[in-house]
Amino acid sequence: MTDVTSTELDLTTATAPLVKSKRRGRAGSARIRFGFVVITVYVVAAIFGPWLVRYNPVDTRTADRLRPPFSRLSDGSYAIFGTDQVGQDLFAQMLQGARISIAVGLATLVLAGTIGVTIGLSAGYFGGWLDGVLMRLADIQLAFPSILLAIFIAALLGPSVVNVVIVLAVSNWVTFARVARGQALATRRREFVDASRTLGAGTWRLISRSVLPACVAPVLVVATVEIGHVILAEASLSFLGLGTPASTPSWGVTIANGRNYLADAWWISTIPGIALAFLVVSLGVLGDALRDRYDPRLRSL
Amino acid sequence: MGAYVVRRLVFSLFVLWGAVTIIFVVLRLVPGDPAYIMLGPDADQAQVDALRAQLGLDHSLIQQYATYLANVVHLDFGQSFRLNADSMSLVMQRVPATIQLATTALLLSLLIGLPLGVIAALRAHSWVDRTISVFSLMGQSTPSFWLGIVLILVFARGLKVLPSAGSGTWSHLVLPTITLALPFLAILVRLTRSGLLEVVHEGYVQTARAKGLGEGIVILVHALRNALIPIVTVVGLQFGALLGGTVIVETVFAWPGVGRLLIDSIGRRDYGVVQASILLVATIFVVINLLVDLLYGFLDPRVRLAGD
Repeated sequence: MTDVTSTELDLTTATAPLVKSKRRGRAGSARIRFGFVVITVYVVAAIFGPWLVRYNPVDTRTADRLRPPFSRLSDGSYAIFGTDQVGQDLFAQMLQGARISIAVGLATLVLAGTIGVTIGLSAGYFGGWLDGVLMRLADIQLAFPSILLAIFIAALLGPSVVNVVIVLAVSNWVTFARVARGQALATRRREFVDASRTLGAGTWRLISRSVLPACVAPVLVVATVEIGHVILAEASLSFLGLGTPASTPSWGVTIANGRNYLADAWWISTIPGIALAFLVVSLGVLGDALRDRYDPRLRSL
Repeated sequence: MGAYVVRRLVFSLFVLWGAVTIIFVVLRLVPGDPAYIMLGPDADQAQVDALRAQLGLDHSLIQQYATYLANVVHLDFGQSFRLNADSMSLVMQRVPATIQLATTALLLSLLIGLPLGVIAALRAHSWVDRTISVFSLMGQSTPSFWLGIVLILVFARGLKVLPSAGSGTWSHLVLPTITLALPFLAILVRLTRSGLLEVVHEGYVQTARAKGLGEGIVILVHALRNALIPIVTVVGLQFGALLGGTVIVETVFAWPGVGRLLIDSIGRRDYGVVQASILLVATIFVVINLLVDLLYGFLDPRVRLAGD
């Protein structure tokens, strides 16, 4: 009887903060909805936009060079965001750019997440010297401005979409490794893991069935927070001429091209930048809200 | 305190060794002869042979690594084939301009970011707090290369009140400083706000209030002092991002610092200069983090006592 009472007491203390936050509505509902809506619009535009608005990278129309937004082109169509220095429609170019930004962002997260979680799980689960070596490696990398590492590797590999993904994954795995390690450390001594071990589960089974699932939620939260940074980093590298090649219409490349025409055509650099900033803000809002709701402990990351 | 200082020093050296090693490994992981990569397609065979000998590429990998480390210790990254001068001294000439830009940006962020963070925390969950938070999120999300271009469009092309590129007078410093400071400032606002909110319910803050001290003194003297401790560390870590940001800002504004030299050298495949600039920036960053760690130990005695 006393046992039951103490459990009940424990439950009330444990759920007290939850009850408090429920009174104000679930944490960040409005922010989560806002983020989801904006990101859905971007994803839909990136997937279907290029089918609806044709973009041909080698198509140059000198008669339509540097037309301001909302002008009518020689073929009768409207360019709502204007045209660039070779007469390309800026809106069509930005839809292609959305595709590249989102694809690079997702691919980087998958790669960085896989590397990071593998390293973090191994370090946390096995511990010992392996943990020491891997985490010192992470410390070294954290003590080094990541954009510099990215610039150095990108400079050696040369500009290409695949290389950008590799470069950004190499400079972003540490966060994932730290989160996965933390989860592995917290889980490996729990009773249900001990129980599976007693029942004869092997190391691989213990990691894949017991420890890995505990990492999924925090890793997804971290991924949402990180994807905005990754998309920004891709655009910055492309702007510097080290990311996607100059022939690929990514946002960073378009903004860089517009720099030479600032006096005549403000829109080439300005409009893709607004699109980029708005996407990153929305991802930031969504990431923060998800973190506040599901894992407030990750706040320091 | 002595043992703590030594421990931090050893870790800093360890990090620098790691950075040097990463550069060595990456240079050799990339397909192709490092000498060819470093010299580019225009080099003649004599230059390639000379560099191969200097890098010790005809020796085993272990020997190569030893030679490389020895050269790095002597700050020898070879000659710049483009400018025909010692790579490291070329980089050193550019350091003052970068430090100037980074320092003014840091000061600007502290002068604006800390007060805004305090105001947001004092008025937590009010419209003032929400407005500040929205602006700080936007500041963190705005691509700095784009912000730089927009500032040039407005203040240099449109209003014609500030120069768009170059250096020399204070007016040249304004736009690059704002561009570099904004993301840092935004992070500082969020950190100050959350740091203050965390300590505001602590016992010693309640005690200060109970003593009848004014709310201003309670926050500025009793709460902020303790909230500053974690902020100092993150400021140190984020200073690395600020240094990385100089690469982009210097490119946009043609600012004659290390960052622009780095990008120019990459474009011309001048890899001696590239390595020298990256290692120099990494060293500045590591030294600053070392200073921050020591300051942290000074501010919070628990840190330095923990390992003694």
